[in-house]
Amino acid sequence: MTAAERDAGTGNEALNGAEVLLRVLDEEGVEVIFGYPGGAVLPIYDALFRQDRIRHILVRHEQAAVHAAEAYARSTGKVGVVLVTSGPGATNAVTGLMDALMDSIPLVCLSGQVPTKLIGNDAFQEADTTGITRPATKHNYLVREPGALAQTVREAFEVARSGRPGPVLVDLPKDITVGKAPLTKPALSRLRRLSHQGGPDAEAIARTVEAIKTAKRPLFYTGGGIINSGPEASELLRRLARKTGFPVTSTLMGLGAFPSPDPQFLGMLGMHGSVEANMATHGCDLLIALGSRFDDRVTGRVDAFSPNSFKVHADIDPSQIDKIVPVDVRIEGDVRDTLEALLEAWGDTPAPDLSTWWNQIASWRSVDGFGFTQDMTPSAIIRPQHAVRRLYELAKETGRDTFVSTEVGQHQMWAAQHFQFDRPNRWLTSGGLGTMGYGLPAAVGAQVAHPDALVIDIAGEASTLMNIQELGTIAQYRLPVKIFILNNHYMGMVRQWQELLHGSRYSQSYSEALPDFVKLAEAFHATGMRATHVGELDDVIRRMLAHDGPVVADICVAEGENCYPMIPSGAAHNQMLLGPDQDSEAAGLTEEGKMLV
Amino acid sequence: MTETIQNSVISVLIEDESGALARVVGLFSGRGYNIESLTVALVDAEQKLSRITVLTSGTPMVIRQIKAQLKRLIPVHDVCDLTEEGPYVGRELALVKVVSSGERRTEALRIADSFRARPVDTTATSFVFELTGSPEKIDAFIELMRPLGLAEVSRTGIAAIGRGPSVFHLKKEPV
Ligand SMILES: Cc1cc2nc3c(=O)[nH]c(=O)nc-3n(C[C@H](O)[C@H](O)[C@H](O)COP(=O)(O)OP(=O)(O)OC[C@H]3O[C@@H](n4cnc5c(N)ncnc54)[C@H](O)[C@@H]3O)c2cc1C
Ligand SMILES: Cc1ncc(C[n+]2csc(CCOP(=O)(O)OP(=O)(O)O)c2C)c(N)n1
Ligand SMILES: [Mg+2]
Repeated sequence: MTAAERDAGTGNEALNGAEVLLRVLDEEGVEVIFGYPGGAVLPIYDALFRQDRIRHILVRHEQAAVHAAEAYARSTGKVGVVLVTSGPGATNAVTGLMDALMDSIPLVCLSGQVPTKLIGNDAFQEADTTGITRPATKHNYLVREPGALAQTVREAFEVARSGRPGPVLVDLPKDITVGKAPLTKPALSRLRRLSHQGGPDAEAIARTVEAIKTAKRPLFYTGGGIINSGPEASELLRRLARKTGFPVTSTLMGLGAFPSPDPQFLGMLGMHGSVEANMATHGCDLLIALGSRFDDRVTGRVDAFSPNSFKVHADIDPSQIDKIVPVDVRIEGDVRDTLEALLEAWGDTPAPDLSTWWNQIASWRSVDGFGFTQDMTPSAIIRPQHAVRRLYELAKETGRDTFVSTEVGQHQMWAAQHFQFDRPNRWLTSGGLGTMGYGLPAAVGAQVAHPDALVIDIAGEASTLMNIQELGTIAQYRLPVKIFILNNHYMGMVRQWQELLHGSRYSQSYSEALPDFVKLAEAFHATGMRATHVGELDDVIRRMLAHDGPVVADICVAEGENCYPMIPSGAAHNQMLLGPDQDSEAAGLTEEGKMLV
Repeated sequence: MTETIQNSVISVLIEDESGALARVVGLFSGRGYNIESLTVALVDAEQKLSRITVLTSGTPMVIRQIKAQLKRLIPVHDVCDLTEEGPYVGRELALVKVVSSGERRTEALRIADSFRARPVDTTATSFVFELTGSPEKIDAFIELMRPLGLAEVSRTGIAAIGRGPSVFHLKKEPV
C-alpha cells in the first residue's frame, strides 16, 4: 500500500493498529469494554488510556469479563465487547464464549496474540486461540495484515449481531496493534448472503393462520429468539396473543417476552416448568414455536413430546428447524417479521372460542405445581421458594426497574418459577451451557449498563464462589449490586439428582467449608447481611433493597428442599414428578433415563 | 420418520481462507457426523473459492442437519447435495503399488489393463498403477490386486459434479 493510498483511507493520520481498533469500536457505537490487560494487549490498553470515549471495566477474571459483556448485551440489545490478553487471557474467556454461543448472545471478544512472526513457535503466552475457540464462537478471525484490521473488526460486529446472534472472536497479534494500520473505509459486506432476505414465506404464514383458525387446543411456545429479536417482537407477541386468545408458555430463555402475571401466560415449560404449561404442551393440537429451539430440557422424551399437535416452527436459523422435532410448517426469518405477518393476516378475525381448552388449563392450573407452604413462625426455617417470592414482592414495591441474574442450580429454577417479569431483557441466566458463576459477573454487566436500576443476582452458595472475585470489580466501580444467596449448604441441584437417581448417596455435593459470606462481603468493602429464620427474611430483604451500595445477603434456607415439578430425564411431559412423595418410577424414571443428563 | 441411513455426496463452495477447512472438519467431528471421504482444492483463484466434496452418511434428518449446519459457516458460499439434486458424476483417483514378480506380476498387469489402470511407475519388481473411477471400481481393483502383491494404496476420495448443463455455482459476486 502506498502512502497516498493510506492517506486516502485515514484522512491523513498515521494511526497504529490499536488506535484504528478503537476508532472502529467507536464507529460501532461501543461505549463499554469489559477486559483484563496483559503483554499482548498493552498497545490497546495504551490507546485506551489516551482516549475518553470508550469506558473500560476492569474485571478480576477473563471469564467474568465475558459474562459481564453477555449481560450487558442481553439487557441492552447491543453487542457486548470483551478484551483479553493472549494465552491464559484467551483460554480463561472460553467458557464465557461457549455460554454466549449456546444462548445466542452477540459479543465481540478481542484477544491479544503473539506477533505474527512468532506464531507457531510456542512463544511466551502463545495459544492457538482461533483453534481453541472455533467451536465456541459463531465465527473467529486472526488478523494477519494491518490492512485487514478495520474491516475485520467491522465484520466481526456484523456477524455477532446479524441473523442468530452469537460471540465472535478477533485475535490480534501484537505487531498488528503496535504497527501502523490504515483506517480503511467500510467496505461492502461479504455477509449479505448470511442475512435472511425478504419476509417470511407467504404460504407458510397462510398455513399457520389457517391452523390458528381451526385449532381447538392451541399453544404458543416462545423462546429466547423473541428477546434476541428486540422489544418490538415482545410487543407483537402480546398483540397476537390478545387477538387469538391463545395460551402462551415460554422457555427459560424467553421469560419476560410475555408478562408472567398475565392470565394467558402458563409459566415456563420443560423439566422444571409448570404443570399447566407441560400438560398443555402435551395435550395441545397446535403448537407454534416462536424463537425457541426444542432443547432437551424442554422436550423431555422426544418421541412423546406434544404427540398430537400440528407444529409450526418460526426461527431465524434454518438449522434449528426439524433438528429435534419434525414440524409441519417451517417459517424462516426474524420472528418480529413473522409475528407482524401473522398479525396482518389475522386482521380483525374474532378470537376463536377456546373455552373448553381454557377450562382444561384451569384444572391443571389448580394443581398449583409451584405451590409450597411456608411455616410463618418467626423461628421457622426459610423455604427457598418463599425467599424468592418475598424478594419479588418487595422488589416490586420499590417500583424500580429490576434486572435479575442467576447462577445455576435449584435457585435458578426457583427464580424462574417465582420471580415475575413483565418486560423483556430483564432476566439474565445461563440456559444452554448452564454455567455456574455466571450470575455475579452478569450482575456487574447489567449494572454497568443500567446504573440506576435495581440489579439482583439470585445465587446459590456453590455457584457464587466460582466468580466471587468479582466482588472486587463491584467495589471498584461502586456497583450497587445485590447478591441474594439461597444458601442450602449443598450443590442442591446435584443433591436432588443424587437423591432421585443414586440412592441418596450425596457424593461430593455438600458445600463444605463455606466462607462466612457476611465477612466476605465486608472484606470486599460491601455490606453483608444474613437471614437464618423466616422472621428475619423480610427485614433483610428490605434493608438490602434500601441500601445504596453492594450487598451480599446470605439467606440460609432449608437444606433438603427439592425443585418441583420435575420431568425426570427420559420421561414425558405428562409424567411430571410433583413432589417428594410421588413414586418416581411411576413418573417415568427409567434406567434409560438415568443415562441422560 | 424414516430411520434409514443413506449416503450423500455434498459439495461445498467455501472461501479459501485460513481455518476454513478446519471449520468444516470440526463441524463433522464435533457433531458426530460421518466423513467417508473429503476432498478439497481451490477451484476459482479469482474469487478465492475452494470446493469441498464430502461423502457422508446418515438418516435423512441428519443429512438435512449437515447441510443446514454447513450453510451457517461464515466462509461457506453454497452447499449442494448432489445425491438429492439429481444425477452426478463421482470420481476418485487411486495410486496402487504392487510388488511382485513372475506369474503374479503378469497377472497384475493384465487386470490393470482391463480396468484401464495405467502403470505410472515401473521397476523390475514393482508397479504403481494410476486408476480413476467410482470408489466401487477402485475397491474392486484393490481386492483383485491383494493376492498379486498389493503393497500400498493412496486414494484421493471422491470429487463429484452434477450431470447436464445446470451449474451449482456461477455467482461472480458473493450475494
Ligand atoms: C439447571 C437448568 C435447568 C433448565 N431447565 C429448563 C426448563 O425447565 N425449561 C426450559 O425451558 N429451559 C430450561 N433450561 C434452559 C435450557 O437448557 C435451554 O437453554 C433453553 O430451554 C433454550 O431456550 P430457547 O428454546 O428459548 O432457545 P435459545 O437458546 O434462547 O435460542 C433462541 C432460538 O431462537 C432463534 N432466534 C434467535 N434470534 C431470532 C430472531 N430474531 N427471530 C427468530 N428466531 C430467533 C435461535 O435461532 C434459537 O433457535 C434449563 C437450564 C439449566 C441450566
Ligand atoms: C461450571 C459448572 N460446574 C458444574 C456444574 C454442575 N452443576 C449444576 S448445578 C450444580 C450445583 C449448584 O449449587 P448451588 O450454586 O449451591 O445451587 P443450588 O442448586 O444449591 O441452588 C452443579 C455442580 C455446572 N452447572 N457448572
Ligand atoms: Mg446450594
